[in-house]
Amino acid sequence: MIIQALTFYLFATIAVAAGFMVIASRNPVHSVLYLILAFFTSGGLFVLMGAEFLAMIMLIVYIGAVAVLFLFVVMMLDINSVDMKQGFLQYLPIGGVIGAILAIELLFIVSSWSFGGDTSLIAATARPVVSEVGNTQSIGLVLYTDYIYAFQAAGIILLVAMIGAIVLTHRSRPGVKKQNITNQVHRTPESAVELKKIPPGQGI
Amino acid sequence: MAEFIDIYLLPGLWILGKVLLIVVPLLLAVAYAIYFDRKIWAAIQLRRGPNVVGPWGLLQSFADGLKLLLKETIVPSGANKGVFIIAPVLMFVVAFVAWAVIPFDDGLVLSNLNVGVLYLFAISSLGVYGIIMSGWASNSRYAFLGAMRSAAQMVSYEVSIGFVIVTVLLCVGSLNLSDVVMAQEGLWFFIPLFPVFIIFFISALAETNRAPFDLPEAEAELVAGYQVEYSSLTFALFWLGEYTAVLLMCAMTTTLFFGGWLSPFDNFLFNWIPGMEAFNAFMPGLVWFLLKTFFFFFVFSWIKASVPRYRYDQLMRLGWKVFLPLSLVAVIVTAGVLVAFDMLPNAS
Repeated sequence: MIIQALTFYLFATIAVAAGFMVIASRNPVHSVLYLILAFFTSGGLFVLMGAEFLAMIMLIVYIGAVAVLFLFVVMMLDINSVDMKQGFLQYLPIGGVIGAILAIELLFIVSSWSFGGDTSLIAATARPVVSEVGNTQSIGLVLYTDYIYAFQAAGIILLVAMIGAIVLTHRSRPGVKKQNITNQVHRTPESAVELKKIPPGQGI
Repeated sequence: MAEFIDIYLLPGLWILGKVLLIVVPLLLAVAYAIYFDRKIWAAIQLRRGPNVVGPWGLLQSFADGLKLLLKETIVPSGANKGVFIIAPVLMFVVAFVAWAVIPFDDGLVLSNLNVGVLYLFAISSLGVYGIIMSGWASNSRYAFLGAMRSAAQMVSYEVSIGFVIVTVLLCVGSLNLSDVVMAQEGLWFFIPLFPVFIIFFISALAETNRAPFDLPEAEAELVAGYQVEYSSLTFALFWLGEYTAVLLMCAMTTTLFFGGWLSPFDNFLFNWIPGMEAFNAFMPGLVWFLLKTFFFFFVFSWIKASVPRYRYDQLMRLGWKVFLPLSLVAVIVTAGVLVAFDMLPNAS
């Protein structure tokens, strides 16, 4: 048990420190890299809780896909952190209010969990019997039966968001060169190559 | 104190020993993989290949490694030093960590994870970070272009690899890699899932940045892409990480489609031969696994030596407009067939 506790505190410390560095580091690319570290360590925390499926999904979705694109964009944009600091005081109240709301919500959940009487019943219903079915299987069993509508709704929201993003960004611009694959495939040596007989000493 | 040794120290040392038992042979295998790669290209191009250091040039990789070790590590003055040094280390570590879940033989696996397939997929998708970080930290146009290409390429082909893995998992009913191998007893998955296997193999080439998809390091246009600013040991780490990733993809192909450690002679085509059963029982599964992995490595080299490089827009088109729809259709068709003929594994 000591090993588990030590590992937990190691991962938790790294995750919190990385989370702090995300907002503290001056270079935006470093911020994203710290964000990835925070994702990775929270994946490790999931493994410690015995939720190995969630941990792997965390790695695949957040680190393998979302954060790559994030890093990609931040590198391409070349954000100047000095310019970003300009509006700092202007946005401080809004950011502070949002942060405070989140903190209060978290506090409510934690306090109701800690002082709200007997919570062992809730814990028992939320947790599948690990010894009987695997982690992945137990998620699969409830996701496509009890929560099918919520699952489908989440899928539709994501689809709408995806189509919306494509519609908003995909506009036809003049002067863009595009490859037409069918034309390229249908080119023959007759239409593409011309052989010329050159008389010696004269050139073309 | 005795309790501490029994509970923590000895199991820890035992795990460390097992890790070394995988890592050391793997490093040797990578050194010889590089040698074989060069020999195979040489043979295809009617050259001799490395033949000076040691008998038949067998020590060439070690000589190269020693040379790189003794050279100076140069960090460009404009580079972002921390990220510049972490990038090759990350690439190397990530390539090695994935081997923890590969089953070499029945029960011969470092960590028999329940979500082994997902773990492999997750770790192989982390390899892109080494490349992006090196490209950005080098602060050089060639390196950055290489990294950008690589990021787009690896993310695109991961999608189709994911769907291919889903197709295999539908036929297995478990995410455990040992279960994946055991489900192929009698019929290896490449026979019923042949088109999916082809998609997987080509995507594996793209995922590991091998020819014909080696655009991130395209020598002709980008010098060497993301590796251009690296020297000495940092360069060696990239090189080792890249070949380890290639071997990993070969091992993955073996495990997912070619029956892992199972004997190729243990089926109805060969079982009537007298003595075949005794032969199958005698041969350790590890031998079959290594032979199959080596065969796929040979195919990788063969492809590299014989095909020209893709153009960038063709690469993206192949990934998104050809493989993505095809692999989606494969998932639907496989699931449909399994449900229609009531062949779902673990159907309860």
